[in-house]
Amino acid sequence: MVGGLLLLVGRRRAREDEQRIVPRGTPDTPAETAVILLLLACAACALAFVVLYALDRLPHQTQLLGAALGVALLLFAAALILIGKRLVVTEELEEPYPEEERLVETHEIERIVEESGSRITRRRLLVMAGGAAAGSLGLAAVTPAVSLGPLLDTDRFYKAPWTRGRRLVDEHGRPYLASDIEKDTFYSAYPEAADPELIGSPVVLVRLDPGDLHLPDGREHYALLGIVAYSKICTHAGCAISLYRKPTFAPVEPRPALVCPCHYSTFDPATGGTVLFGPAGRPLPQLPLLRDARGYLRAAGNFSGPVGPSWGGVREDRARA
Amino acid sequence: MIRRVVRYVDQRSGSAPLLLKKALRYVFPDHWSFLLGEVALYSFLVLLATGVYLTFFFVGSTARTVYHGSYAPLHGQVMSEAYKSVVHLSLDVKAGLLIRQTHHWAANVFVAAILLHLLRVFFTGAYRKPRDLIYYIGLSMLGLALLEGYLGYSLADDLLSGMGLAIGYAVALSIPFVGANLASLIWGGPFPGEPQFWPRMYIAHVLLLPLLIGGLLVLHIALIVGRHHTQFREKRKQTERTVVGMPAFPAYLPRSLGLALAVAGVLFLLGGLVQINPVWLWGPFHVGASTNGAQPDWYLGWLIGGLRLVPGFDVVVGHYTVVPNPFWGGAAFPLAVFAFLFAWPWLERRFGGDRRQHNLLDRPRDAPWRTAIGMAVLTFVFVVFVAGAADRIYVTFGLTYTGQIWVFRVLALVLPVVALYLTRRVCLELQEGERVARQRQLAGSSPK
Repeated sequence: MVGGLLLLVGRRRAREDEQRIVPRGTPDTPAETAVILLLLACAACALAFVVLYALDRLPHQTQLLGAALGVALLLFAAALILIGKRLVVTEELEEPYPEEERLVETHEIERIVEESGSRITRRRLLVMAGGAAAGSLGLAAVTPAVSLGPLLDTDRFYKAPWTRGRRLVDEHGRPYLASDIEKDTFYSAYPEAADPELIGSPVVLVRLDPGDLHLPDGREHYALLGIVAYSKICTHAGCAISLYRKPTFAPVEPRPALVCPCHYSTFDPATGGTVLFGPAGRPLPQLPLLRDARGYLRAAGNFSGPVGPSWGGVREDRARA
Repeated sequence: MIRRVVRYVDQRSGSAPLLLKKALRYVFPDHWSFLLGEVALYSFLVLLATGVYLTFFFVGSTARTVYHGSYAPLHGQVMSEAYKSVVHLSLDVKAGLLIRQTHHWAANVFVAAILLHLLRVFFTGAYRKPRDLIYYIGLSMLGLALLEGYLGYSLADDLLSGMGLAIGYAVALSIPFVGANLASLIWGGPFPGEPQFWPRMYIAHVLLLPLLIGGLLVLHIALIVGRHHTQFREKRKQTERTVVGMPAFPAYLPRSLGLALAVAGVLFLLGGLVQINPVWLWGPFHVGASTNGAQPDWYLGWLIGGLRLVPGFDVVVGHYTVVPNPFWGGAAFPLAVFAFLFAWPWLERRFGGDRRQHNLLDRPRDAPWRTAIGMAVLTFVFVVFVAGAADRIYVTFGLTYTGQIWVFRVLALVLPVVALYLTRRVCLELQEGERVARQRQLAGSSPK
């Protein structure tokens, strides 16, 4: 902007007596007038921004501020572009491209470096020692980065806060009764008295007809009166599963399924959380359920497998830790 | 006045007139497509300016707090200090929402301008020697810009950003052998990570990555100045040895400043008038919460598409998972695209046999194989990108999601081949058409 103003000042004072560097152009008074008007309009808009900012309790303040500032900037831009296209001299210059190489200097630099080492006899050994020193120092320099996180301890990734007897509560901490769980919808549950923000905490509960359940071998007792519980964290990319597909017309529509809204991995709650569709590579971990004497839902143990997205080296048979 | 200023600087620097005179008379060849890189540059400056303002209000902490601010629908909700500060900035700080939305829009425009600039550079062969290093630096900036944008909208800790971070975490975990260790180093432990994860993201977003991008940007421009701009052969005087155009001063300066202010003006208009990422509507993130219809910023759409298109399998040996699924769409796919872009100048030299240096640009038709291969890769990435919006396509057009995924899987494999063939044909036909036209002209003018 300053350059643009300098340019206007400088042009007027161009010396007539010296031989010109920039060729003379013809004046364009209408364009000049337009530029001046645009700049004044810009100033008005910019001041409007200040006034709009100063007002309190102004409706649509963000919109008005944005419009004032945006238009002010665009007016200045228009003035500058008009200056460029109509007011300053636009010459066509030619210039040779730089040479591809400067061999003489390159050779000289090579010689300077090489000739500087004339007192050194065991060059290779020296370079190797230097490399060893620099490499080791580099290693030492990055070593503190290991403190960023436990580097070789992946045991924490297997952890989930569910233990036998822990009650299932909703997001307000109210425990679920088994009779609270109705069909055709799903419930989110968390472990009582544990941090709900752990990846192993959230659980999704659905109730199906006990006759429709076909749980894997060894997990027949995981369900309770048709209620099944799975980790709410998708085994694909770690989003929470917050869609429940229930057939509105069972004869032709697909079976009930838990769906993750991130990449639409689709899991079958009736068969142990197996993948029906989408990119997930392994089933949802299932939580075994039991009902206490007062009717509250409790976990009968930890999940059937590791919770959350897989990592290279995860053991699928290892669950709880 | 001018003489006094220049003399003052000259007497103290020892070289001002020499450098300044050279800079003033630096030659810019003119073509509209050369402005794309400048749009990216000016968006970056807007990002810096608006970003600094945002840091005055943002609290980079995941400490839990209960909201009692002016926005009634969130009253009593448990949220992080980070999210609370962004809601406060948006709804209670005068001009806060304007600056935040302008920052977000600028990020979107920044990446878009880099991408268009990359396409221009690729399809005109501007990346060839002696400018291959400039091209590699530009590609590095694109990669950093994607990461920088992702961190930017992740910091807000709203529901959408948390879902994005969960996916990023899963992609980090999915890297074979080292995934869990890498994620552990970044997050400090399993998702959602230790409290120090937020300061780490914050310093990366506001210092480390901008510094890297800024440093590379300076290098990018310095190398361009050293080698001068490329040019199309539009005039007879424009050759491999001579650059023809307007001088930086007076002709180019007001044009370029005008562009800078126009970019800023459009960004502030967008920031004021077009809502973007209204975080107060999304609510705070909780590990157990998510929402349907979530989409990332546009420049990560190709990654969500990649994650969605890969069929559901983990590479498992016995009870050990070796390669978890998100690796393919979230890591291998973008790495392969970047590897192609980085390798391309070498591939072209190796198989095209042209090792000379070039200052004149090709028109896309002049290099049919390059244009065809470039279009094939672009088509592949674009199909995957569109697949990332399949759920929105379902909502808008009612096409079943599962059906679309199968169609997109097929299209992603078939369309690039079609694009390869068609583009090459079109290039050859255009060349042929020009040849015929030239012959007709000769035939029409020579015989008496």
